[in-house]
Amino acid sequence: MSRAAERAIRAETPNADQAAARGRLEVRGVSKAFTVNGAPIAALNDVSLTVRPGEFVALLGPSGCGKSTLLRLIAGLDRDYKGCIVQDGEAVTSTSLERGIVFQEPRLFPWATVRQNIALGLKNAPISEADKRAAVAAHIALVGLDGFAEAYPHQLSGGMAQRAAIARGLVNRPRLLLLDEPFGALDALTRARLQTELQRIWAHEKITMILVTHDVDEAVFLGDRVVVLAPRPGRISRIFDVPAARPRARSDDDLVRLRNEVLRTLEHDSAADPQLSPGSRRDA
Amino acid sequence: MASENIATPSATTALRRGLVLPLLLLVAWEIGSHSGLVNPQFLPPLEKVAGVAWQEVANGELPHALAASLKRDLLGFALGAGVGILVGLLLGLSSIADRIFTTWFNGLKQIALLAWIPLISLWFGFDEAAKIVFIALAASIPVILNTVEGVRSTSTKLREVGEVFRFSGPQLVWSLYLPAATPSVLTGLHLGLIYAWLATIGAEYFMAAGPGIGGLIISGRERFEMALVMLGIVVVGLVGFAVDRSASWIEHRLVRWRQA
Repeated sequence: MSRAAERAIRAETPNADQAAARGRLEVRGVSKAFTVNGAPIAALNDVSLTVRPGEFVALLGPSGCGKSTLLRLIAGLDRDYKGCIVQDGEAVTSTSLERGIVFQEPRLFPWATVRQNIALGLKNAPISEADKRAAVAAHIALVGLDGFAEAYPHQLSGGMAQRAAIARGLVNRPRLLLLDEPFGALDALTRARLQTELQRIWAHEKITMILVTHDVDEAVFLGDRVVVLAPRPGRISRIFDVPAARPRARSDDDLVRLRNEVLRTLEHDSAADPQLSPGSRRDA
Repeated sequence: MASENIATPSATTALRRGLVLPLLLLVAWEIGSHSGLVNPQFLPPLEKVAGVAWQEVANGELPHALAASLKRDLLGFALGAGVGILVGLLLGLSSIADRIFTTWFNGLKQIALLAWIPLISLWFGFDEAAKIVFIALAASIPVILNTVEGVRSTSTKLREVGEVFRFSGPQLVWSLYLPAATPSVLTGLHLGLIYAWLATIGAEYFMAAGPGIGGLIISGRERFEMALVMLGIVVVGLVGFAVDRSASWIEHRLVRWRQA
């Protein structure tokens, strides 16, 4: 990113330092059940978690552990749950411009260009049109989409579309950015590059981030903490601190050791899972 | 780009093949009316139709009638399309409006369009207003149906994006529902244009007052001038074809973002 773009972002966010001091999230005793064919199925059972301002937390778990469900509850997209979620002292009762989200798919509006899509994030921001234009341009540069501002979503590769979605999630400077397996659908090379970029953006913007993933390497590489969730019902199984210094290298010995330990926890959880244990497999 | 290159030759081939049957019919027509196989009073030879066409253009009757019909058609279409989009948005967006009106509307649209003419002419007379209301009614039905369909099929995933960015009601309509429904609305408008032209001729037949192509055909029948009737029918067909083609072209331009 150019110096000018960086300055534009800073000028755009005079309260960047305040934002760093905020973005604290508390999840207290959250349970969520879905009704399937009339019978309730527990998706989350008594989940409690505190995320510090500016922290990067990775929610890791196999499919069906409720990690995406938890993210949707935090975003305010689903309000049908027990327990309580509080951001910076305010209970989450609906979506908020203080919480951005990047979905699994880019979810760009197909009739709008990259520039217009990113500008959607600022539609209700209390800043002038000129400031909005500057912020959009700066974020196009931030995610490395210079030259594609006027492109339509169908003209972008999967990786580029997801970059645009990240820019859209960041552009109004939420205190908390939620990422729901944002790199899940990308090829390994693009995924690795976007992970590195996300780490750079996080270090630069100091926004609290919560990343949902089923990729152990991604969780360990990006997270300050890795929260391992176990399925049926979804609950926190173990929380790992990742003390490695940043910027991180994937081959770092500590990271590799930690990665193996996290993997063992996941394997242990799945062995204890009644649906996946050898006994039930024989039945099936 | 590539697809256009491939499409061009096949389109000309299709056009060439499409012309075979009409040309054969014209030849049969010409032979029939000259050989005495058919009474030329019922089937006047082509050169006679062409002669009448020339005469009607020269004395200004045909341009005058065509202009009157097109004006009526476009006014009625504009009214029907505008009301249709609004009603479609309302039915698509409001579950209350949907519950109250949709069954009623589905019942109404089963009534054959021409059956409305006695009612409309009682309410609005036989003048311009009645014709335009009838054309508007005809145009509005496909517009309503397709707008509702387009709004309802807006993806839930994109709706959530609107929710995350706290879109207000009007922002949702302008920035999400309308653009998402555009392809469907354009299909409705396209059909509406076709219906409006059919209704224009129908209105001119049944409420035969004032100039118009329909009136021209009726007067041809009354004076037993088959050439004039034939001319009218040809003009109606050509206008219908032109309307359909231009609507397709505009539709294609407006939803370019759709091309993958």
